[in-house]
Amino acid sequence: MPELPSQVALESDAYVPGAAVAGVGAGVQGIAGRLPASGLVSKKGGIGITFWICAGWVLFMILLAVLASVLPLKAPNFQDYSSVNIGPSARHLLGTDDLGRDLLARVIFGSRVSLVIGFAPVLIGLVVGGMAGLLAGYRSGPADTVLNAVSFVLLAFPALLAIMVIETFWKPVTLLKLTIMFAFVSAPLLFRVIRATTLSFASREFVVAARATGAKTSRLLLRELLPNVLPAAVSFALIGVAIAIVLEGSLAYLGLSIGLPTSSLGNIINDGVNSNNLSLNPYIALWPSLYIFLLLTALNLMADRLRSYFDLREVSL
Amino acid sequence: MLRFIATRLVQLVVICFLISVFAFLLVHLLPGDPTLAILGPNDTPAARAVLLHQLGLNKGLVSQYGTWIMNIFHGNLGASFLTKQTVTNALGVAVPIDLELVVVSQVLALLVAIPMALIAALRPNRLFDRIATTSTFAMLSLPTFVAGPLLVLVFAVTLKWVPATGFDRLSQGLGQNLKSVILPSVALAIGSVTVYYRLLRADLIATLQEDFVTMARSKGLSTRYILMRHVMRPSSFSLLAGAGISIGTLFTGAFVVEVLFQLPGIGYQLVQAIYSRDYLVVQGMALVAAVAFVVVNFGVDFLLTILDPRVRRA
Repeated sequence: MPELPSQVALESDAYVPGAAVAGVGAGVQGIAGRLPASGLVSKKGGIGITFWICAGWVLFMILLAVLASVLPLKAPNFQDYSSVNIGPSARHLLGTDDLGRDLLARVIFGSRVSLVIGFAPVLIGLVVGGMAGLLAGYRSGPADTVLNAVSFVLLAFPALLAIMVIETFWKPVTLLKLTIMFAFVSAPLLFRVIRATTLSFASREFVVAARATGAKTSRLLLRELLPNVLPAAVSFALIGVAIAIVLEGSLAYLGLSIGLPTSSLGNIINDGVNSNNLSLNPYIALWPSLYIFLLLTALNLMADRLRSYFDLREVSL
Repeated sequence: MLRFIATRLVQLVVICFLISVFAFLLVHLLPGDPTLAILGPNDTPAARAVLLHQLGLNKGLVSQYGTWIMNIFHGNLGASFLTKQTVTNALGVAVPIDLELVVVSQVLALLVAIPMALIAALRPNRLFDRIATTSTFAMLSLPTFVAGPLLVLVFAVTLKWVPATGFDRLSQGLGQNLKSVILPSVALAIGSVTVYYRLLRADLIATLQEDFVTMARSKGLSTRYILMRHVMRPSSFSLLAGAGISIGTLFTGAFVVEVLFQLPGIGYQLVQAIYSRDYLVVQGMALVAAVAFVVVNFGVDFLLTILDPRVRRA
């Protein structure tokens, strides 16, 4: 039954999809992770071409951002007053903004902030939260209870609000500070996912059998449990990346992310909306919006395919 | 059951307490004397002495917290040092706007999501389902700060159907009022549609495979009757849970929407206070918003527990 909501597997003690997570983690903006998988899977039973197209697209976007300073792009902050607000043309592929800055360069350089804030904290969260979740799920005990309570409390906070407020009192905003704050959001989320998944595997026969043959804890965790937990972890991590990108974008839109003159997708959109720009030159807001839309779509689709794929396999076992 | 509720209540109180400690400590994280930061240009020795006394900064941290929290319980959340407006007054202006935004946007979202889910679930994996499910992916990938400007561009700038910014109170007429909240509500609803659609669709498909539905079909009942009478109710718990899931999205979205459309809700006022470094307003508003958020979340959880006994066994 492909429509089986995947939370059932993750929050194994809850029957109603979404119910168990309604209170937990709702503080984190972003919904994809707590929804049933769409159930759209390729008919042949593989993970599907969509997944690989999306993965290629995300990789392409990352490469663009990494190689931005090597690529033949204009300087993102260079103001060319002889060509203000011109549309897409041969000289400026995506046009220029109200200060004559090249929009292609601004979007690609701006994507660096989104991508760093999207991936770095989630990777940190995956390592820290993942290891804690694996251990806590395998060895339930007082440490598990404490970690669980801490993650519960951290997730009860509305993330955007907390970050906004901390920023007010912890100036100036830097990439490092944002990464740290975002890691505090992603680690407990991934901890819960990985802990719940580990729990559902910890008492399975193959784990018990491995233990009976005298396998060490490290082997049990890394060779028996980790490979089984990884699909859910990666799928949630992808959604975590999407959540982080939306959060950073919202902050940047509100002028509360990395400060100017560093361009970021959110503050370019803000630029494009302010002072009549939307009616004079909608391209300023359009391109970064399109970039974010395509990036998020790719991430969401990848996560969905992963979940559908692995849920199906689980059912057929 | 009682025990379950008691545990939940204890959790709720602990989290609210932690939020208050966090909000309280924020002002103390400011470098140097918080009075310097709070007073800014209004800094005079007399004002500082008054403020020190007001904030009780000459006492220990614990007793300071005690005074502060007692003030809050008496409805005194502090006041802006720029406009002298109390936070409580500001909230009085902001909360109705937020409530209206939430209600209008959620009604819109349900109006779209429920029929979509019903049609899709009746014939899963067929054309309509595929189109609907795919388009929810698109909606999932439209954060408010992308959807909002797009809506403004189309409906306010190009078509000029509604004003781009500003808020008209209900006292200025229902039409005027709705015109000023419709775009922000649609921008907020986009995220919720996906939540409601996906949850309801998955639940409906599961319910439709139950024996009692086959039974109803074999009795010759019409599809419409079966859907409304037999299927909708057991499938609607997820919708409620979806409301809980939506809160996080709504919360973030509302901040962006209020700033974009210049609606003076909590998000807008909070962001303005952050821009002007009006620390006590930031502290007070953040406290109220965070507590409201947590309480609503737990409220949804409670409701679910009461409605659906299966959750309780968890």
